[in-house]
Amino acid sequence: MRKIAQYLWICLLVSPLAAIAQDDLTKMLDENETKSVDYTTATFKGTRIINGHSVETVKKNHLDFLIHHRFDRLNSGAYNLFGLDYSTIRLGFEYGITDNLMVGIGRSSIQKTYDFLAKGKLLRQSSGARNMPFTVTAFASAVVETIDKELTFQDKISYTTQLLIARKFNERLSLQLMPTLLYRNRVATVAQDRMLMALGVGGRMKVTKRLSLNAEYYWAFRDQNLQNQLGEKYGNSLAIGFDIETGGHVFQLHFTNSAGMVEKQFIGDTAGSWGNGDIRYGFNISRTFSFDKRAKGINKVSDK
Amino acid sequence: MKKEIALILLLSTCLSIGIKAQNLYATNNGETNFFSETPVENISAVNKLSQAIINITNNDIVVQMNMKQFDFPNKLMQEHFNENYIESDKYPKAIFKGKINEKIDFSQNGSYEVSATGDFTIHGVTKPRTFKGKLTVGGGKLNLVTEFDVALTDHNIEVPKVVFMKIAQVIKVKNNYTLTPYVAKK
Repeated sequence: MRKIAQYLWICLLVSPLAAIAQDDLTKMLDENETKSVDYTTATFKGTRIINGHSVETVKKNHLDFLIHHRFDRLNSGAYNLFGLDYSTIRLGFEYGITDNLMVGIGRSSIQKTYDFLAKGKLLRQSSGARNMPFTVTAFASAVVETIDKELTFQDKISYTTQLLIARKFNERLSLQLMPTLLYRNRVATVAQDRMLMALGVGGRMKVTKRLSLNAEYYWAFRDQNLQNQLGEKYGNSLAIGFDIETGGHVFQLHFTNSAGMVEKQFIGDTAGSWGNGDIRYGFNISRTFSFDKRAKGINKVSDK
Repeated sequence: MKKEIALILLLSTCLSIGIKAQNLYATNNGETNFFSETPVENISAVNKLSQAIINITNNDIVVQMNMKQFDFPNKLMQEHFNENYIESDKYPKAIFKGKINEKIDFSQNGSYEVSATGDFTIHGVTKPRTFKGKLTVGGGKLNLVTEFDVALTDHNIEVPKVVFMKIAQVIKVKNNYTLTPYVAKK
């Protein structure tokens, strides 16, 4: 027993001299680290994958100004410079009320359409202190097509609700699912239902730090037999393109068989088919302005 | 034989007790601020969960922080910082491992001008650096205040030409850490 006590003394004397390597210090810090919730950022570069919405919202006190263009069909021939002679446009202003909630208003030249939208994040993909595999965003819009003056106001309106479910698998790959419900107060043709359900899939693959390849497909559940009988040719919307990001701008260049740039039109009214060459060149430009007063100033350094 | 095993066991427990002894000071909530100042735009961010540890027996110092824990007033800038410049998924931490050059009597309260030399890693690029600061000993705590510059080109942090005017090429960094005797978190 006395011997053990002696050893103990020796140990206690020796132990402070035991070198603690710097790697041990690093390990100690790692073990004591305060884990915070790491929210996944930039699942997509912009608020649109191509035609449709991505899970991203405009950040708090930021205003996004959007200019979307779609040209005419490539198969309209050399006489129309493969569609470049004609174009449709949507201008939009979208604003972030919080970092997770945005509202917007837009005007499309097709059907002289006004659209009003709101989009909010319900769940955010995260790692660290809390693990959440997906980002889930809810989207709702009301669209007023004002071209036909004879119609009542009610008949000009349609509504869209979407659940956008996305996961950023890694730095390069993000995928998204978009179950969609479209309700039109008035439909133009017999074979179409007022209610149209659709399922969208979309994604992006980064090629370089600032360039990504995007694709998007909306599969609309129509009564195909009835369409065939009545000779109606409404189809599904497919778009493929590139995103280029530079600071506050996002440029999107793409090909699509849809002319419309709001859900009601590209999901509900797409009549062109890729197989027939009804492909349109288009681009989206987004410019974000910050109205955050704090962003102009500088964080105050506390003088502890 | 049995005795020797017992001895080794005893020694190793002693050693581990030794490591936990009061010769280590650490913090898990140090404050690191950085500033990018240009005529066009001023950008700043703060990380309030920076970590530092000092071994007062041999002057070893390690400072590290998670790049994702930098908070920007402007969230779009925060996204660009993590995504485009620092690439925090690939290079999650900034680390300094070094030694304090001056001999300091840690048992004596007072303020000391100090410098530390070692390896500074950010964006996966390690550079030998010497940082200067002020160390205040008092009340069983160490307060460390430092200020230094980081040149983006030193660490291969690329700024595209379009935003060149908005982001300073040399970033000012200010740290304020209060270290208390090290306790392992359970």
